[in-house]
Order: sequence, then structure tokens, then C-alpha cells
Amino acid sequence: MSAPVQDSTVLQICTFHLGDQAFGVNVTHVQELVRAQEMTPVPLAAEAVRGLINLRGQIVTAIDMRCRLGMPPRADGQPPMNVVINNGNGAVTLLVDEIGDVVDVVDVDAEAPPETMAVGRDLIERVYKLDGQLLFLLNTDRAVQVSSRPSPERN
Amino acid sequence: MDVGDDIVREFLVESHENLDQLDREFVALEENPHQPERLAAVFRTIHTIKGTSGFLGLHKLESLTHVAENLLSKLRDGEIVLTPDITSALLAVVDAVRDMLGHIEQTGAEGSNAYESLADRLTALRDGALAEAAAPDDAPPGQDPKEAAAPPAPPAPVEDKAPPPPKAPAAEAGHVPASVDASPTPAPPPKTTAKPGPVSSAPVADSYVRVDVGLLDRLMNLVGELVLARNQVLRIGSTVEDQAFQSTSQRLNHITSELQESVMKTRMQPVRNVWDKLPRVVRDLSVQVGKQVRVEMVGRETEIDRAILEAIKDPLTHIVRNAVDHGLESPDDRAKAGKGRTGNLRLRAFHEGGQVNIEIADDGRGLNVDAIRQKAIDRGVMSAERAARASDRELIQLVFQPAFSTAQQVTQISGRGVGMDVVKTNIEKIGGTVDLTSTRGKGTTVKIKIPLTLAIVPALIVTSGDQRFAIPQVSLLELVRLKDENARSAIEDVHGAPVFRLRGNLLPLVFLDQALGLPPPDREEDHALNIVVLQADDWQFGLVVDEVRDTEEIVVKPLGSVLGDLEVFAGATIMGDGKVALILDVLGIAARAGAHEHNEAAGDARGELVDMSAGSSQGERQNLLLFSLGANRRMAVPLHLVARLEEFAPRHVEQVGDRQVVQYRDDILPLYDLGKVLGGPAASTEGPVHALVYTQDGHSIALTVSEIIDVVDTVVNLKPPLSKHGVLGAAVIDGQVTEMLDLHGVVAECNPDFATGRAA
Repeated sequence: MSAPVQDSTVLQICTFHLGDQAFGVNVTHVQELVRAQEMTPVPLAAEAVRGLINLRGQIVTAIDMRCRLGMPPRADGQPPMNVVINNGNGAVTLLVDEIGDVVDVVDVDAEAPPETMAVGRDLIERVYKLDGQLLFLLNTDRAVQVSSRPSPERN
Repeated sequence: MDVGDDIVREFLVESHENLDQLDREFVALEENPHQPERLAAVFRTIHTIKGTSGFLGLHKLESLTHVAENLLSKLRDGEIVLTPDITSALLAVVDAVRDMLGHIEQTGAEGSNAYESLADRLTALRDGALAEAAAPDDAPPGQDPKEAAAPPAPPAPVEDKAPPPPKAPAAEAGHVPASVDASPTPAPPPKTTAKPGPVSSAPVADSYVRVDVGLLDRLMNLVGELVLARNQVLRIGSTVEDQAFQSTSQRLNHITSELQESVMKTRMQPVRNVWDKLPRVVRDLSVQVGKQVRVEMVGRETEIDRAILEAIKDPLTHIVRNAVDHGLESPDDRAKAGKGRTGNLRLRAFHEGGQVNIEIADDGRGLNVDAIRQKAIDRGVMSAERAARASDRELIQLVFQPAFSTAQQVTQISGRGVGMDVVKTNIEKIGGTVDLTSTRGKGTTVKIKIPLTLAIVPALIVTSGDQRFAIPQVSLLELVRLKDENARSAIEDVHGAPVFRLRGNLLPLVFLDQALGLPPPDREEDHALNIVVLQADDWQFGLVVDEVRDTEEIVVKPLGSVLGDLEVFAGATIMGDGKVALILDVLGIAARAGAHEHNEAAGDARGELVDMSAGSSQGERQNLLLFSLGANRRMAVPLHLVARLEEFAPRHVEQVGDRQVVQYRDDILPLYDLGKVLGGPAASTEGPVHALVYTQDGHSIALTVSEIIDVVDTVVNLKPPLSKHGVLGAAVIDGQVTEMLDLHGVVAECNPDFATGRAA
């Protein structure tokens, strides 16, 4: 889904933070940004699925990016922000710590994610070397693809 | 060619409608060929398609319709008379045109199929039939002055080519035209069709607007949103004192309800939209299998949501094909049975209790219950003994099982054993039910009940583990609430499976919090026990929830693809307070709880259970022997299976190797401890040994039990077994949960020779 990045093509990335790391998604995939919403948990769903939110009548599945990327859970009392992604198959929201700016990047600054990344490497499409910080560009399709929690009946 | 082009699209939509109408017209014409207006209407329709396709540069379409038009003009002018062959050829034209339109829709071109042979056939029919028609007898009486102008008949040779005139339709067996009556009264033209209909050409078009279906769907979604917002406003209104706000919110309430109803109506379509295709299906099929069928339709205007109509199209067609192929007999057989040679197929639709009922009835031979019984035994679905006792109704239900077809012959049309189970599955998928009744020699009726709409459904709101869930009311049977003392003693445990006694029947219980892996509530505090009795397929169970709230109209929204594989939820909805609640999928819950699967698995393994679940609603009167195994296990066995009851003094029991035997009537009787056989503690106690003696082919074995309790004559409603081994099921007998012993199974296990009838 994410557009192939050409050399020196400018790509706009909507950035957000998890802990002190910066991540981003292609801005064209972002439907909107909203603050924390009340969530209805979904029993038996995958661990990363935190629940369902009501986005003006649209029911949207919330996926915790910390869990998805193997990071420790968010501190209690820190409400997550929603990055609502719409890539054609209905909306999904990514729960993140903080929302950053939209930045313009060019492909010359990018590299493939390091081979040594333990968790979440398959979700990262590119790593951009910005001034003083690395920016991980997420593959939105894969980021929202969560397998169901293995249930005893199924395995 | 650009399909996006408005003119082309308009042409496609219009032509499809016209073709559907042609199907009907031809079938009606075959019934009575002397209907000049009808023929004229058909001619006009084909002419219009020809004209427009020429204008749009669709030459293949143009040339085929041109040839058809030539033939039709002769028909219209009464120069030739409609025969089954001509009808078949013209229907083939309709199909070919449809085919080409399909190609145009998809690719923009007419497709590569050649229709020369069809065109040749039409030409031959025109010329050939022309000759036939010259015989004065065949001309429509007083129909057309041009008859006189018809060219003189060429001599005999043409006759091989031409079909026999329709004066003697029944002359050739196997090639009898189906007489199909599309409706008791001539069908009025569809409202949306601008083309003049066969009977009247009133300008109905002026009062109708073509609306894109996508727009209707979107309207429905918006109304759904409005309903939710209304619910929210009403909730806020209940906490506000403001008089003006109160009255405004009440008005909003009424307007929303009316709007919802009206928009739902726009999505409604009369059932005839699907039915009108059926006379053609029946006609083709009956010609193919050499039967005569009259189709009668009642309630063609009954309206159903278009999504549901779409979903029942295939099941309906399947049932109708089945009825023609298997249900109705050949004309000769019918005559032998003292019925009219023409079989009747009657479709009836009507609204009842917020649901739509559709019945498909034939007056054919009916289901052969004995064949089903034999098949059930052959397939191992039932034991011979069980099948002998099974009621006709029970057996008939078996046709809904996968791979259960009683058709003697596999025909091209049906009889492959994939059919009624798929019909059932598809109907149930949209929240409907299907039932079949049949009387041997009199006919078969299939009854379908379906909801009016899927988008907005009434649901019961319950809570469990502090979460709200919605249960669609179609699955809901009743609510049971027990307090204090009753609640504590209500749940009985039968070998690990919780059950509740509902009016003497055992109702398996599923705890919603456990099924969903939610934290269990503090049941100690709350003494009340809430059981929601649900129907999943033909199986009932009780869902234990923390609280039962209210019933509400909910708008069903699908879960995203991320959660699509969660079988326990049917979707989600937004509640009056703006929060999301999940909608439970009753079948999914049942499957998840394992109870349902268990039921089926056990049924497959032992066969006896299939009828157990089917027969659970009626129950049967049986003479049962009650006995116990130890203090806690009460069991029963049909008395007639037991040869004798015996009591032995312990000193008579001898040990031979690892077996126990007694000398008994000059024979050696092996003893088996039933408690041990069933995998529990030994049943034998101090004092005399109680034994059930089982005899087969002159050989006996004895099963020892703790105590013989009683013999009772009672109606048994067997429920699926709660423990697995050697037990057919459980029931409440004399106020106590009693398990039914699988005597044959146990005996076969003790002594395999009994199973094979080689008792040694």
C-alpha cells in the first residue's frame, strides 16, 4: 500500500512517538488524529487489540503499537493518542504515546532497518536518519495485521 | 466502448429488465400461444434492443436480434404458431443477448462467442414453421387477416425440419411442453420498467425514479447513525428538566423512527424480483426431465430487504429445482397415482410476526421415509433399532444433513447429496429457519422463515465481566432469573458439565464470562442467577450472564478485518451512551463452549445422538430400569434390552484368571463390574451382587451394579451426554438427573464377540 519511495522523491511522514523513539506512517494513509477515546475491550482478540472505539459512528479497532513493537506497556494514567489509518479495508487506529509533526523526508536519508532489530523489524519499512534522531517508517498494512490470540481449541 | 458511458449503462440496465420480462412472456405464451398483445410486446422489446444496439454499434447483438425479430414478426402476424421448439430457440436468444450484455458490462465488447448456429436455427424455424402454419387448422382462429396472404404450403419435405404443431402437445413422451402459469392474473409490468407492458402501457414511469443501490445503502447507514444519535439524545433528555428540550427530543424520536421505517422501505423489494426467474427455470427443467409443471405464485408483492432477497435467491432456486426434479412425478406416474398429469408447484409468501414466510409446496410423491430410514442406517447415522423407532418427522429432518440425498439417481440437476444442507446453512446465515414437511404420495412443503431486514435488529443487552453484549433476539427463547436459595441449588453438575433443570429438561449451561475468558464476577455477593435460554441451530443452551438489561434496536456494524476471524462475535454496535458493544454470535458461542461440537462429535461417533438432539423436543415414553452405581450415579436402561435381573451371593462368584464368573443354570456366566467398565469406582458393594443379564444369540453376560432402584414408565427427554463413556445421554427421571446407559456399546466393549454377533 505504501508508495514505493523513489530517490530524492519527497515523502511526507506523519510522525509519532513511543517512549523516546520516533515512528511514522505515510501521511496519505492517515485518516485523522484523535485524542484518547473510550474503548470497549474485545475478549479473545489478539493481545495488541486494545478494543473498539466509536469514531463518530464508525467502529474502529484500536491496536497498541507498543505491544505490536514489543515495547513495555504504557505507564498508567498516560492516555494514548490515536493515529487513525485508513488503507482501504476500513479504519484501524494505532495507539501511540504522542503525536509529532509531519516531516518531509527524501529517500537518500533512508536505509533498510538493521538486521539485528529483534522485534518488529518486519513492520519497519525504512529508517530515516534525521538530525539527531532516527525515524522508523512503518508499513501500515503489516502494522495493522494482528493474528488472533491462539486459543486452545484452534491449535 | 466506454461502459462508464451513461447511454450504454442505461441500455444495459433497461435491457436486463426487458430480458427478465421476456422470460416471463415466453413461458406465458407457451401456455397459451394465441395472445397477440403479448407477442406484440415481445416483438417490441426485441425490436428496441435491436435498435439501440445498432445505434451503439453493437453489431453482433444487432444481427442476432434482427434474426429473432424476423421470426417474431411472423409469429406476431399469425403466419406461424408458437411451438415448444420456437420457444426454446427464442429463449436461447434471450440467453445469448444476456450473455453479450454481460460481456459488454465487463469488457465493453460483445465477447467472442459466435451465434451463427442459433441464427441459422431461427431462420430455419421461420421458414420451416412457415410451411407448417399453412395448414388451416393451426392458424389462430380469427386472428389475422394476413393468414390469407400466407404463401401456399410447400410440400412434405419441410416436415422433417419443422416441429409438430402444438395441437397434440402430449403426443411425444419426453418432449412435452411444460405449462407454466406465472401468476393467476396476468402480471402487470414491473413498476420500474419504462417499456410498455403486455397488457397495459400506462405511463407508470413518470412516478418512479431510478436510484443507485449504493445510494440506498448509504442512506440506510446514515439512518443507522441517526438512530444512534437519537438514542443518545433521549438518554440525555431523561436527565434534563428543560421542557422545551423534552418536547424537541420527543419529536426527534418520532421523526427518526418514521424516517428509519421509510428508508427501510426503499430497500424493500417484492419477492417477485426473485420469483419471476423461476417459471423459466421450471420450464427448462421440466422439458429436460419430461414433466409437466404448473407454477402458481401467491404473494408476489411481499416485500423483503434486498440484501436478504439476494441471499435467498440461490436456496430458493435449489428448492424449486429439487421439487421439479425429485418431488414431482412424470405425467404417467401421476396418472397412475390418480392425479392430474400436470404437477403443481405452489409458491407462497407472506408476512407474519415481523418475519417473512416463504413456502414452496409441490403435490408430488413426497419423501420416502422408509428410504431415508434405510439410508440413515446404511450411513451409520442411526442404529437400526433407533431408526425403527424414529418418527417420520425426525427422519425427514435428516435430509438437511450434509451428503444425505435419497435420490435414486444422480441427475444433472440434483441428487448429489449437496443441497438441502447448503440451503439450510445459507438460510440460517441470514438469521432464518427452514423446515420441511412431507406426506407420502401427497407432496412436500418447504417452509422458510426469514427476517425482514438485517441492518437494524432488536437485541437483548446483557452484561458479563463489566462489559455489555448484545444478543440478537432471533436466537432468544426465554429468560430465567433465580434468586438466593434457588440460585445456589439450581446448577447441577453432571460429570463436570453444569446443567439447569428447565421444566424437567436438562439445559446445558455456558457461562459467558468463562467462554470469553473474562474475569469471573464475585458470585458470592450477587445471589441472583440470570440464564438466557438460546437456540443455536437445533440445540438449546443457557447462557449465564451477570445482568440482563434491556432490549434495544441496534444497528449491526461489521467488525473490521482485524477481528474478522473471531467466531464468537457477529459484529458490534454503538449504544445510546456512545460506547461500543459487541454482538454475540450465538452459534459461535455454542461452538466455543464446546458443547455443540461435543454433541456433534459424539453424534458422529455413535450415531445414536443424532436423533437424541432431534427428538429432544418431543421425547418418548419408555419402560426404563433404574439402577445406581455407587452413591452418586443414577443410571437407566430400557427394560426390554435386559434379559433378566439376578442376585448372587458373593460366595458364588468365582475368579477365573482375571475374570469373575458365576455358575448359572448349568452354564458359566461372566461378570463385569459396570462401574469399572465405565471408568469409575467398582459398583459392587457388600452383600448380594446385583446384576443385569444381557443375552444375545443364546449367550449371556452379567453387568453388576450397586443397586436396582425401580422400573418406571416415563417420557424421556434425552440431552447430549455429559460424560462420554458408555452413556447415550442424560435426562431427569423422577426428579433426578439420570444417565442413559449405552448397553450395546458396553456389552460390545466387555465382549467384542457380541458386537459382531459371534458370541462364543
